[in-house]
Amino acid sequence: MSLTGKKAICFYFQVHQPFRLKRYRFFDLGHDHYYYDDFSNESIMRKVAENCYLPANEVILDLINKNKGKFKVTFSLTGLVINQFRLYAPEVLESFRRLADTGMVEFLAETESHSLASIKKRSEFERQIIAQKAMIKEFLGVEVTSFRNTELIYSDEIGSWVADMGFKSILTEGAKHVLGWKSPNFLYCNSINPRLKVLLRNFVLSDDIAFRFSNRNWGEWPLTADKYAAWINKLSSKSELINVFLDYETFGEHNHKDTGIFDFLNHLPGAILKKTPFRFMTPTEVTDYLQPVSAISIPSPISWADEERDITAWNGNELQAAALDKLYNFTDKVSRCEDVQIRKDWDYLQASDHFYYMATKFFSDGAVHAYFNPYDTPYDAFMNYMNVLSDFEIRLNRFIPDNNEQTEISKLNNLIKEKESVIDQLSAEIDNLKNNSRRKKSSATDILLSGKKSPRKTKTTRKSKS
Amino acid sequence: MRVLMFGWEFPPHISGGLGTASYGLTKGMSSLEDLEVIFVVPKAWGDEDQTRVRLIGANKVPVAFKQVHYKGFKRSLEKIEISSKIVPYTDPEQFWKRLSSESTGYKLIVQTNNEGTVDFSGRYDISLMDEIYKYSVVASVIAQENDFDIIHAHDWLAYPAGIAAMEVSGKPLVIHVHATDFDRSGGNVNPDVYRIEKLGMDAASKIITVSNLTRDIVINKYQIDPDKVETVYNAVEPVKISQDSFVNKGFDDKVVTFLGRITLQKGPEYFIEAANKVLKVMPNVRFVMAGSGDMMERMMRRAAALNITDRFHFTGFLKGKDVFTMLNLSDVYIMPSVSEPFGISPLEAMQSNVPVIISKQSGVSEILTHAVKTDFWDIDAMADAIYAILNYPALSKMFIKNGKEEVVRLKWDNSARHVRDIYYRVIWQNKN
Repeated sequence: MSLTGKKAICFYFQVHQPFRLKRYRFFDLGHDHYYYDDFSNESIMRKVAENCYLPANEVILDLINKNKGKFKVTFSLTGLVINQFRLYAPEVLESFRRLADTGMVEFLAETESHSLASIKKRSEFERQIIAQKAMIKEFLGVEVTSFRNTELIYSDEIGSWVADMGFKSILTEGAKHVLGWKSPNFLYCNSINPRLKVLLRNFVLSDDIAFRFSNRNWGEWPLTADKYAAWINKLSSKSELINVFLDYETFGEHNHKDTGIFDFLNHLPGAILKKTPFRFMTPTEVTDYLQPVSAISIPSPISWADEERDITAWNGNELQAAALDKLYNFTDKVSRCEDVQIRKDWDYLQASDHFYYMATKFFSDGAVHAYFNPYDTPYDAFMNYMNVLSDFEIRLNRFIPDNNEQTEISKLNNLIKEKESVIDQLSAEIDNLKNNSRRKKSSATDILLSGKKSPRKTKTTRKSKS
Repeated sequence: MRVLMFGWEFPPHISGGLGTASYGLTKGMSSLEDLEVIFVVPKAWGDEDQTRVRLIGANKVPVAFKQVHYKGFKRSLEKIEISSKIVPYTDPEQFWKRLSSESTGYKLIVQTNNEGTVDFSGRYDISLMDEIYKYSVVASVIAQENDFDIIHAHDWLAYPAGIAAMEVSGKPLVIHVHATDFDRSGGNVNPDVYRIEKLGMDAASKIITVSNLTRDIVINKYQIDPDKVETVYNAVEPVKISQDSFVNKGFDDKVVTFLGRITLQKGPEYFIEAANKVLKVMPNVRFVMAGSGDMMERMMRRAAALNITDRFHFTGFLKGKDVFTMLNLSDVYIMPSVSEPFGISPLEAMQSNVPVIISKQSGVSEILTHAVKTDFWDIDAMADAIYAILNYPALSKMFIKNGKEEVVRLKWDNSARHVRDIYYRVIWQNKN
């Protein structure tokens, strides 16, 4: 049991942007192998960088410096967003690096492409985590020790895989339907492998900031740092751990600067430190500091999305199921393929966002899903994605033929290439011999021969055919 | 409440969307307890064996009264037929064609027979206007001899009749715009038709349009006060798909179907161009253009020029059961209309478990969620949608499942209730 009086608060922010696909028609299949909408990817990244990433990082860096070791935050950066920073906003990556250098910020491990591999293919899930770990090390210079899955997707089984990889803790949603009477405000552990600690999101306190902060119809509007700290303080008698997990875009993008969100952020650490017994910690620190109160059993996957807190936003209809199946059927082949571009596309196409756009359950209230959604309808999203995936398949089959027919074709193609080079060689030889023999003959017969240049002629026709 | 309704056509003589719509609406109304409808149609072809003829009024215009009980109607309906040569979808030019083919002994039911081109002159126009005038005279007689509370006129040929009935009875007029001449003519508006449409719209106390698309046209092109114009969406009759309309396809190929009049308004050329794009990459698909119309020959020539005639088929005009047989054969239904005030046919396709692609320039796209919507000119998007539905089975399944659920909810009863609300408001307004 935990020691009384120990209280921690954990602020964690998800940072992710997908590579959105351009409009890809079926007649581009086999011709056009570039799938991304550079314009919208760049302009969205620039916009979010200006509105959110840069100013928010600045505020947080400032807070860390001001509070001298008492304010800590946690981020997860997907591999995709790191690549987008490198392409479109290197100064953002630089500012994350400065945050990492303070030692007050923990960066979490996750899947490289914000993917759904955890619900489809364990091997791919693990490969992506390893790749992501390397990226964080390379670009931010830190080691990752705790894990969070795409959109906080979690189940007992996923947790045990993560534990097997040596991570200390995992973050997920404090979903009502799995907690029941339990409180999210304690540390739990995985029910299969108790060495893995489970941090549960307090969705009320999180959504107060994420969804309600700028809602003027909300009874508690306007939300101030003091008011928020007072709410947290009220929980202190029967809580040990408050987890506030947010999309980083909450600051400056979902809630515009004019709503006062940055002032709120600026005053929050001071208010919490002054008015509550809670101390800022990162997930890895929490696992060393607190004792889990019990194991938590979550047999089927949950997430932090929507009212249902399940995975139906990405795998809830036939379209999504078909697209996911098709995608993850390529796993083995891709693992045998060394081509750099194939590997890159494989990562980018796995982003869960592509499947989110195909969700049909929001036809009635598409508000959240419409955010940065490049498609008019889920059907549109599906058609475009499947076209891209079909082209990807064509390319993949060129590298790794999968059935007899394709093997036969690639064999025959190679054979044709070989034979053609032999033919070219031989005809060049014939030309040479003809020329030589011609030179040996007298210049008078040369005139007669000039009409018969048949060997050279056949050569040109053959070439044009090939 | 008694409604005096001036329409175009009534079963069994239905030739298009307008007849289907006014029939569906009337049927929906018959299920409402407090509504009673007297339906007046210009009689253009022989129903004589079914009708008892008697004369009305002094003007010697033969008018047919009959009590008919239509299947599915809760009460029998009083249907009045007038001997007139007015037919649905007629514009003066087509009217001439009809008259000329009648005199040569043809019994022409569908108006879009275009053998030979016609040099249209005002003479025939006068004769059509005569018929409209005759209809309005008869309308005033009917208005005198019947008791009713409100008048409801469907589309432009019935507007003068509605106005006449209004003038005689002093009862309020509601007009129902199923299409304007801007839709029918592709922008080449006939001034006489426009004048009649405008007259009707000005005279009416309320204008019902079948979509917001049409509502905008009425407001902007006919300068009507927006408060006077209200949209009541059409619906679709639930069909029982009988076993015998399931046919065995004699081939494995997928079928993509265009079903409608082959006229400028319906955008057949965009269908051909999209088909051509699909055929370049997919061998196992066939395209069908079912219907007839003044652009059919041009479309055949275009298909021949593209060298796709082995995969692109024309069926001519389809009727009744053939329509459902065609739909049952289809894997995709496409309606690339340039300007479609509503468009009931995609709803019928959805009932028959066929995924639909519709143009954004159709009224029906305002109420459908589970359909692909593209601009009529965007043949790339259209081709892409056809390809996707044919190649990704999950997509087709979703469209069929969700489409069916969606279309079941579009009931004529709801439209009828909406129209009844409008009646009550108009009558109340008129009293105050």
